[in-house]
Amino acid sequence: MHTLAPWRLWLVFVTVVAGLLLALPNIYGDAPALQLSRNDRTPATEAGREQVVSLLQSKGVTVDSSYLEGDRMVLRFAGVDAQLNARDVVQETSGNEYLAALSHVPRTPRWMHALGLKPMSLGLDLRGGVYFLYEVDVKGAVTQLLSGMERDYRQQLRNQRIPFTAISSDNVDTVRIALRNGDDAGRVAALLRKQDVNSQISTNSLGEGGTVTVKLAPAQVSQRQDFAIQQNITTLRNRVDELGVSEPIVARQGKDRIVVQLPGVQDPNEALRVLGATATLEFRLVDDQHDAFEAARTQRAPLGTRLYKTRQGQPTLLKREMIVSGEQLTDASSSFTQGEPSVNVSLDSRGAAQMLDTTRENLGKPMAVVFIEKKRVAEGQPCNGTRVGTECTTEEVISIATIRGVFSSNFQITGVMANEARELALLLRAGSLAAPLYIVEQRTIGPSLGQDNVTRGFQALVVGLIGMFIFLAIYYRAFGLVANVVLLSNMVLLVALMSLLQASLSLPGIAGIVLTIGMAADANVLIYERIREELRNGNSPHSAINAGFDKAFSAIADSNITTLIAGVVLFAFGTGPVRGFAVTLCLGILTSLFSAILCSRAYIHLIWGRRRKLASLPI
Amino acid sequence: MEFFKKKTSIRFMAHRKWWYAISGAMVLVSLLLLLTRGLNFGIDFTGGVVFEVAFPQAADLDKVRGALAEKGYDEAVVQSFGTPRDVLVRLLPEEGKDVNVVGREVLAALQGYDANAELRRTEVVGAQVGEELAGQGALAALFAFLMILIYIGFRFQWKLGVGSIVAALHDPFIILGVFAATQWTFDLPTLASVLAVVGYSLNDTIVVFDRIRERFILTRKGTPDEIVDLAINETLSRTLMTSVTTLIAVLSLLFIAGDVLKGFSVALAIGVLVGTYSSIYIASSIAVDLKLTARDLLPVQREKDAVDDMP
Repeated sequence: MHTLAPWRLWLVFVTVVAGLLLALPNIYGDAPALQLSRNDRTPATEAGREQVVSLLQSKGVTVDSSYLEGDRMVLRFAGVDAQLNARDVVQETSGNEYLAALSHVPRTPRWMHALGLKPMSLGLDLRGGVYFLYEVDVKGAVTQLLSGMERDYRQQLRNQRIPFTAISSDNVDTVRIALRNGDDAGRVAALLRKQDVNSQISTNSLGEGGTVTVKLAPAQVSQRQDFAIQQNITTLRNRVDELGVSEPIVARQGKDRIVVQLPGVQDPNEALRVLGATATLEFRLVDDQHDAFEAARTQRAPLGTRLYKTRQGQPTLLKREMIVSGEQLTDASSSFTQGEPSVNVSLDSRGAAQMLDTTRENLGKPMAVVFIEKKRVAEGQPCNGTRVGTECTTEEVISIATIRGVFSSNFQITGVMANEARELALLLRAGSLAAPLYIVEQRTIGPSLGQDNVTRGFQALVVGLIGMFIFLAIYYRAFGLVANVVLLSNMVLLVALMSLLQASLSLPGIAGIVLTIGMAADANVLIYERIREELRNGNSPHSAINAGFDKAFSAIADSNITTLIAGVVLFAFGTGPVRGFAVTLCLGILTSLFSAILCSRAYIHLIWGRRRKLASLPI
Repeated sequence: MEFFKKKTSIRFMAHRKWWYAISGAMVLVSLLLLLTRGLNFGIDFTGGVVFEVAFPQAADLDKVRGALAEKGYDEAVVQSFGTPRDVLVRLLPEEGKDVNVVGREVLAALQGYDANAELRRTEVVGAQVGEELAGQGALAALFAFLMILIYIGFRFQWKLGVGSIVAALHDPFIILGVFAATQWTFDLPTLASVLAVVGYSLNDTIVVFDRIRERFILTRKGTPDEIVDLAINETLSRTLMTSVTTLIAVLSLLFIAGDVLKGFSVALAIGVLVGTYSSIYIASSIAVDLKLTARDLLPVQREKDAVDDMP
């Protein structure tokens, strides 16, 4: 009789049962769904959920199931029609309250959901969606820092009443201040040194004027660049969240790249518009001393003013000094005030103080809100503003209102359309980018192609498996059937592991599964061929089984490790499709080692090992 | 069922000069093809724009080309993809032109040809990203080889190590040669499958080597040629069997999984065939020509040696 330690049987039993449980969620597929998040960023509530469901029910839209997930509310529907209807209903009736995003959610029963059992997540090529690879212009980040320094110095010198002729930066790492009096140089340098201990500050006073140069330390430059990338990731993440995409990925890749994956998004241009646009507001006092029309005619703004246009195309002169800039905004939301769409704005403490001072001193005078939008436009596309390369900047005055009271950190802006108020609030909230971004790679997979890829990948898997099953059963007879069960166990374990790790499954990933199943047969073949040899050499069936497993072990281990090395290297170096393939290849090798060595032996033991008399083996 | 009812005793080693010649010729031809024609790299490596468009009915490729040429894209590669209704348009990046702009213009041209064209997939890859991916791919291949070499060196005697590495190098060359000859698109997944083939081919070789090691230790009679032949013969049905099961999997990918994975599955299919061949005919032959003897393979523990050395 053949013996096998009981713990090995138990190990196989527990692992396979756990594998079945973990793999189970994958058989339910997914259903179209709507994800609702509250505009005011508070978590969705149970009461709100019931309200929305009954609202939809009253409009004849059936909700299959609904639940809260994190701060969001998820509504599941039977079909895409119901999903789209529901979105329209929500947008029409509760558009102010909720932001609705189309998505797909797994159709797993509630208890599985509660246990945290999830199906494998599907990659973009199986779900459809868009993929962007951005490159962060790290030089631009430093340029932005330098121009911020310029602005700051200008302000400080004015406050200190130190006359200067020019402040300029070389856009690399240095800002030069040209002073009117050379005697001031030492004072300025001391002032700047106090604020900035890292930069290298040098003075030069020759003849009449003098210069102070501030040179950033290399560490400051690289820190700024790193900060810019992190900041951009945060900003992109915020904007992606505003798009309401389910399971988006925003991640750093390499030194200066950012990957954005938006599953389910069908129109890359819409996504690009929101991801790429930056909007900010500036608050300035209106200059009523000069004639704006005269300035528009001559295209010359009087000293201390800038010429703007209002929405209606009217020229306006605003004071050059701004009260508050967009960087001082902390939050924004849209609402209706006295039946008019408006944007509620919150300022940080510095901004609030400036606003307080200005409004106090200028009661009864007009103040303007300037809306500045930066967009990337293609060559040949119109740009109603100033354009630098592909960047189009439009500045317009969206409202001019008389200051009727003193206010500071919170106030409202009117003068925009309802949908504009929403988008403006969204863009203001999402923040601005710390450095320019460029798209270096973009992929879009249409939903129908995604579905086709799933179907084809799955069919290839099934056909490959059936082919192998038949072949193994013919070649190894009853042992072949055992091999088939082993391969199935391998599949279950692989799917379970993928679901557990939430590794995303792509088409190359499916190919990896098919390939590893094909190669997993190898371990069984090695064992069976050994058993046959041992039988041929005249060994008894029981000892042939033992010898077969023992002697095949070193070959199985060695041969799988080389493939594993190739897989790990692919994983380490690869991106996108290659990585998906590498993940399933590596995990597949691990599960196939387990299933071939442990499962297969346990099954064979259970079937033949316990028989006292065994004349021959059906192999 | 068994491939071989009787124990085979094919004399693989006797004819190894011929197999060297055949393999040498294949590698040489591949090398020449790679140097003269080169690989038809996909946009993963070159950068550029790819559109997969589904038309309501079979598309007239010449007209599609015409529509693109009107917009100035007469260099566009237009081919059907899977079915006659699916069309793939490929463009290489142009100096100083924003790829995203190109993408929009091409789409407009295609919709000008047929407004009902459904865009199934777009890929826009900057030239620089392509270069980087190519560099990374080469680095990955190099690194994989190095790692495997270290492992084999650690696990096997160096003569076997050299044999397995030569065989493993031989296989990707032939795959690349076939891709150069046919000008099939060589993209990122194809590169991944070439590396997988390296793993697979070594897997095959190692099983044979494992048996050679065992035979050298157990069988004291016979020349190295005979012992190696014996080991190969003994593992022959396993080698073929594994190739068959893997081929079943790969062929089902090739014929069912669609054109996106075509390069990937073709490379795998060639790799499985060539890998099987090389592990039987090339890897062991080299070890034998490096004068592999029983002494090379005896375990390092001296006890066994001491016993064997006794008169």
